[in-house]
Amino acid sequence: MPPPQFDTGNPSRSLIRLELTAGHLVAALLLILYPFGANDFFIVQIGAQSLLLGTVALSLMLLAGYGGMVSLSQMTVAGMAGYFIAILGTDSYNLGLGWPWWIVVPGSILCATIIATMIGIISVRTEGIYTIMITLAIGVALYYLCNQNYAVFNGFTGFSGLKPPAVFGIDWRAPLPFYYLSLAIAAAAYLAVSYFERSTFGLALQAIRDNPRRMHALGYDVTLHRIVAHVFAGFLAAVGGVMLVWYNGRISPGTIGVGELIDILIIAVIGGLRRPIGPFVGAIVFVLIGNFAIDLIDRERFNMLIGFGFLIIVLFSPDGLLGLWDKLTSMSRDARAEEWRR
Amino acid sequence: MRLFLLTVLNGLTLGALYFLVASGFSLVFGLMRNVNLAHGSLYLLGGYIGFDVAEMTGSWTLGVAAGFAAMAVLGALFQILIFRHMQGQDLRQTLVTIGISIILADFMLWIWGGDSYQFIIPDVLFGATPIPLMGVKYPTYKLFVLLSAIVIGIGLWLFLNRTRIGMMIRAGVDDRGMLQASGINVNLIFAITFAIGAGLAGLAGVIGGSALSLAPGEDLRYLLASLIVVIVGGMGSVTGAAIGSALIGLADQFGLTYSPTYGVTYTFLVMVIVLAFRPTGIMGRQ
Repeated sequence: MPPPQFDTGNPSRSLIRLELTAGHLVAALLLILYPFGANDFFIVQIGAQSLLLGTVALSLMLLAGYGGMVSLSQMTVAGMAGYFIAILGTDSYNLGLGWPWWIVVPGSILCATIIATMIGIISVRTEGIYTIMITLAIGVALYYLCNQNYAVFNGFTGFSGLKPPAVFGIDWRAPLPFYYLSLAIAAAAYLAVSYFERSTFGLALQAIRDNPRRMHALGYDVTLHRIVAHVFAGFLAAVGGVMLVWYNGRISPGTIGVGELIDILIIAVIGGLRRPIGPFVGAIVFVLIGNFAIDLIDRERFNMLIGFGFLIIVLFSPDGLLGLWDKLTSMSRDARAEEWRR
Repeated sequence: MRLFLLTVLNGLTLGALYFLVASGFSLVFGLMRNVNLAHGSLYLLGGYIGFDVAEMTGSWTLGVAAGFAAMAVLGALFQILIFRHMQGQDLRQTLVTIGISIILADFMLWIWGGDSYQFIIPDVLFGATPIPLMGVKYPTYKLFVLLSAIVIGIGLWLFLNRTRIGMMIRAGVDDRGMLQASGINVNLIFAITFAIGAGLAGLAGVIGGSALSLAPGEDLRYLLASLIVVIVGGMGSVTGAAIGSALIGLADQFGLTYSPTYGVTYTFLVMVIVLAFRPTGIMGRQ
């Protein structure tokens, strides 16, 4: 066995560098120009919704892909951020506290991140599939709590009439501003996660995913690393949740039902859990199927289509559509190499 | 005091129902490391099939048998056709069960619609039975649920601890590789275990569906119950499932009786406390 190779270059430089390739530039350009070739339905229902669901799914990708912790409660965290927007701010029945937006928005994100941290503290005591079970149990318990509790969460009805504040005199609910706000947030989240992957902390987390015992023996605090990963992922989910509640204009227990929790997992798995672009690819596919399944099959059978699609991806391409893409490109590369050899 | 005693009884009968569902879940997990998130769907599907059979034949008992048999066959098929080919890939198996549960939920909505169904239970089990010393009457059917959970629990314990197949299953829980090395057809044992676990879910579907009713959404409720019960009780242990079910049933009913809007938090608190002190559950092993 050859001795392990160590990168002797200046680590701080290679760690901070983000790999911005031509592909990134093309994608950015396409996303920025997209609204000019689309109508309002495609800008908001398809474009913005995909970006926001992708952001929430990205938080799951971070936990599952880098940390090996498949958490089903990421949508719960997002939904909690939405609930706090309603509880601290204003809704159509004035049930909330009615605070100004510059307290409500950071406050909601902070509260949801604290909840995510607590979920992390509870769930990191366990490993592997236990994590799925516990985060699912926590998510469902919070769903039932919101459903039963009228004092804080207004029970089954939830809150409606939630809209983004008119900052800088712009109506952020209008299609174009809302799309660009979603795009900016999704892009920032994507870059942050790409940076996270190469940061010292991100590398340690990936090492813990691969071998927690060895990392523990090397003196790393395994539990703390996992909890901090939950904090960061919770923050991403909370930001996505605030945007989603503005997108929907309302929040109720249905937003954080089990179907919705699992949708986030489906999005992340369909796209691929290995790279931060995966969740966004998954979100686009998911949103497109959700909106156009009616043309393919009965509207009622949407879930069956999604279920079979998910099952096929899991059975045949564990790395999702991205994995499929990688396989195709490497196959064509092999074919080209084969031709070259002849 | 009467309210307190009634709450205890309600908690225990609910726990009994949870035990019927969760014991199968726990058994399958213990042996195969397969978190079957479609377990709730098997509960509901077993209940629906049992309902149809009971309607057709007019016999509730046949309905119970059909619920068990249909799900046992389906469970064995899952194991033989799908899970057998991805042994040792815990996460993928779990994802597959999620896919199955989505498909089954939609399938059931398609066939049986969104209505709720109510079983006609045999006359013997209908009405109320006076309880000695307490001076109250309690629904006979709920007592029957409690009794059947005890009988099935003891039966399962005897099966696991006193029969040859049970011994193989227990050996498989402890060391899968060694069991295979001693010349035992592990795949057959796995299929049998999966069939029993799924069958118990189907059986519970008919028994639980008769206690309450069958409707979309029940699958989820019992999946959550199974999850929490095995997290609290520990995986792969019948005794653990029994303890966990009793605890969760009691927590649920006490929550509902004494602070209705925060009922769920009690169940949740039990789980968090147990996890804090015993991450593998009360009867779980490291």
